[in-house]
Amino acid sequence: MTALVEIDSLQKHFPVGGGLFGRGKKQVRALDGVSLSIEKGEILSVVGESGSGKTTLGRTVLRLTDPTAGAIRFEGQDITSLSRRALRPFRQRMQLVFQDPFASLNPRQTVEQIVATPLAIHAGGSSATEKRERVADMLRLVGLQPHHADRYPHELSGGQRQRVGIARALILNPSFLVADEPVSALDVSIQAQVVNLLLELKEKLGLTILFIAHDLAVVGHISDRIAVMYLGRVVEVAETGTLFRSPRHPYTEALFSAAPIPDPTVRRSRVLLQGDIPSPIDPPSGCAFRTRCRHALPECATVVPPLRQVGPGHLSACIRDDIALQASIA
Amino acid sequence: MSSSIFDSSPGDSNPGGDFAAREAAIALPPRNTALRRFCRHRLAMAGAIIIAILVLGSYLGPYLIPYDDTFIDIMQRFAPPFSGAHILGTDELGRDMLARLMMGGRISLAVGFTAMVISMGIGILVGAIAGYYGGIVGAALMRFVDAVLCFPSIFLLLALAALIEPGVASITLLIAATAWMDVARIVEGQIRGLRERDFAVAAEALGASDLRIVFRELVPNAVAPIVVAATLNVAKAILLESYVSYLGYGIQPPTPSWGNMLNNAQIYLTSAPWLAILPGLFITLAVTSFNFLGDGLRDALDPRMENH
Amino acid sequence: MAGELLLEVENLAVSFRSRGAVADAVSDVSFRLHQGETLAMVGESGSGKSVTSLALMRLLPDAPQCQVRGSVKLRDKTGSGMLDVLALPEPQMQAVRGNNIAMVFQEPMTSLNPVKTIGAQITETIRLHRPMLARAAEDEAVRLLDLVGIPAPRQRLTAYPHQLSGGMRQRAMIAMALSCEPSVLIADEPTTALDVTIQAQILDLLKRLQEQTGMAVIFITHNLGVVAEIADRVMVMYSGRVVEQADVVPLFQQPLMPYTRGLLRSVPRLDLAGRRAGALYAIPGNVPDPRRPPPGCAFHPRCDSFADGRCNVEAPRLDSTADGRQVRCLRWPEFVA
Repeated sequence: MTALVEIDSLQKHFPVGGGLFGRGKKQVRALDGVSLSIEKGEILSVVGESGSGKTTLGRTVLRLTDPTAGAIRFEGQDITSLSRRALRPFRQRMQLVFQDPFASLNPRQTVEQIVATPLAIHAGGSSATEKRERVADMLRLVGLQPHHADRYPHELSGGQRQRVGIARALILNPSFLVADEPVSALDVSIQAQVVNLLLELKEKLGLTILFIAHDLAVVGHISDRIAVMYLGRVVEVAETGTLFRSPRHPYTEALFSAAPIPDPTVRRSRVLLQGDIPSPIDPPSGCAFRTRCRHALPECATVVPPLRQVGPGHLSACIRDDIALQASIA
Repeated sequence: MSSSIFDSSPGDSNPGGDFAAREAAIALPPRNTALRRFCRHRLAMAGAIIIAILVLGSYLGPYLIPYDDTFIDIMQRFAPPFSGAHILGTDELGRDMLARLMMGGRISLAVGFTAMVISMGIGILVGAIAGYYGGIVGAALMRFVDAVLCFPSIFLLLALAALIEPGVASITLLIAATAWMDVARIVEGQIRGLRERDFAVAAEALGASDLRIVFRELVPNAVAPIVVAATLNVAKAILLESYVSYLGYGIQPPTPSWGNMLNNAQIYLTSAPWLAILPGLFITLAVTSFNFLGDGLRDALDPRMENH
Repeated sequence: MAGELLLEVENLAVSFRSRGAVADAVSDVSFRLHQGETLAMVGESGSGKSVTSLALMRLLPDAPQCQVRGSVKLRDKTGSGMLDVLALPEPQMQAVRGNNIAMVFQEPMTSLNPVKTIGAQITETIRLHRPMLARAAEDEAVRLLDLVGIPAPRQRLTAYPHQLSGGMRQRAMIAMALSCEPSVLIADEPTTALDVTIQAQILDLLKRLQEQTGMAVIFITHNLGVVAEIADRVMVMYSGRVVEQADVVPLFQQPLMPYTRGLLRSVPRLDLAGRRAGALYAIPGNVPDPRRPPPGCAFHPRCDSFADGRCNVEAPRLDSTADGRQVRCLRWPEFVA
């Protein structure tokens, strides 16, 4: 396996409030040193509560926001500080699918115009008929009918809109896709359609996907590996089955046990987390999770625990090796 | 991309039978076009028709009546309307009122329309730049807009008009110079809100240039308030031209405009009231019509306006 | 059901009228709710679940814009009889709202007043229904905030909604809804906007409060995991109609209506996580536009048990089965066999 995207100690701090000249400004540490590598052809999911920095991670990897520190390499090339012009060739190869299928489509454009936009930007040479054909092919590929081409987004259902968003992202044949909660705004009966579509397209087009989500059932189904984020840091990374069956970080244990199981006969004991995720402006010292952790020791407040290998392909950022954690599935 | 991947139509991997045919059997909602929505707006339709009549009348009318607007019929001074050969009467020099109103309409409407186009151009450009880039550039531009806006436009207009030689072109430019700030503010607010939306991020993720994002993605979404501002600006420009001409700094006689006809009429207000009433009526008619048109367009141009 | 009958809804129908066109948002909804019971109302956008709950609260616009028919009977907390909710004059209905039946919404930020403190909003609600001194109402507010698990409740009285986290705001909303000890609580997607960890806390809280007060809860959601967790009984809605109603365990084990079956099958199974067991089952097609429901059974275009000539022609009635379930499908007897 080779890495398609490598993320190295990525940091993104947003200034909040503060004076006119930026003195005494506070920082939101949305990303606080994230290192991940995304292998070619895999689906890597990022899970975590809101405020964990998972959306910021997706946007920063695509250079839609500029990182404060750290490095992003795409196919071995450092794209961390490329100018917008220099980034353009990369834009064809890395794309984004949004959570809200309504907000991400321009309400003034028809489906055809929306899906053709990437061609207008990047494939200047091809003729109008050629472009129309490619758009029609793409719409068929994502399961839309030809007559949808001249409809406006508001005339489509949520699921159809999301298909349009996927068509736009894939028409330039990218190798890397960031899918930011692509099903969570959809009706339940539509979610499975879109999950299947993403998996099918991934196989057909050889995509690598960074899948950002909070629905653990969907994540468990779709991903090869999962990274768990908490307050701007990755606390655990492992293959999907491993993470569900033998989590090594207390936060993973709590997060996964909070997911409701759609079976009324199963009553499992739940690790209930106390309180909310702390503010990323002023995160706790040491391990950021220690304030809500039932296994926390005094040492946890002093050192930021590094991500270290705890098994094959399994990384965890917890200093306690001596605790038995509850698996979310047997 | 090989064509073989397009062979099947995926996404519904489970046997749903011929569900697509079943679903297609359900009729789609009727298309609700902007034109149809506009036509339902009665006042706006009335406004549009009146504007069309005023424009056609002003430009074609003079060819259809037997009098020239500068022809002085000294025997027929102060002829009241509907009393003789001059349908709308004559003025103090015996010139045909209808001809003068038509020629005045040409000037007033042309000034209003041109001033609108120029002010919209400046306003959209300034507003879009300020709204899209924000930060120091945006703040500086918008503070400048506020500063200009602080100055009452009529005084600004009079001060400027006193310095230059009045003429149709210069008056048009002056009016445009006092009318673009509202547009800039509207556009700035709209663009600032829209640029944070996901579809703008999507365009950026595709590597679109700033120019493309602003003018292809964002501005079309602000078209409703822009068009409304445009129609209101025509109305405002016609009014401003009338003010300035009425005060004697605008379009200079003998070229007629509705404004300077009004100015001319004030000494005869009691003896020949139609000299004031007629141009006043046309100004009111044009301004109100443009306002109604703006209302209707605002509703019609929003594709999300539902069919009820 | 062991408890006393609290709410009885029969043939509830809601239609909206705009510019001459009449659209049925909800029709033929009937159910009963007993003390201590949790009824989950499951449905997608446009299924009519929120309209139903607003109709129970009489919070829909007045006629002629909106027509509500049928009957809604609610047990009077003070007396012993049943109140005819749809016939009550508005002033009396105001006394019923909050006092007998209360509601918690999906997005607490929009249902709380942003310019008033949490304390002011709760004490106002309390004093609206229970005449007491400001001081006593404040103590009561502290007790309620403590009850819903808000730490340092007395300090939180002076907090504004934006100063609280999403989970804390939802707790404050629940505290407000509970202030007059309603016998029926309608919770409209109360955890949809929250993280799973916070969702678990809120579900836990609702269960605990229900045990303490014996109130009945109507829980509106589209998340089947949440349903499995908290519901005693489930009512599935599709395109403005109840399509299936049953106790939670039989419903999950043997759904009779193809839509329910499809929904349950389309949820990825956690115990198969990481095994990528092929494609998920997916109900094809789209949720119907409530203004233009398909003819016959509203679900027929998407149904995997579709029978041509029947399902697209005949509108199925809500049948009762021998074991007390209800199902709206022409073919359900075939599925039982």
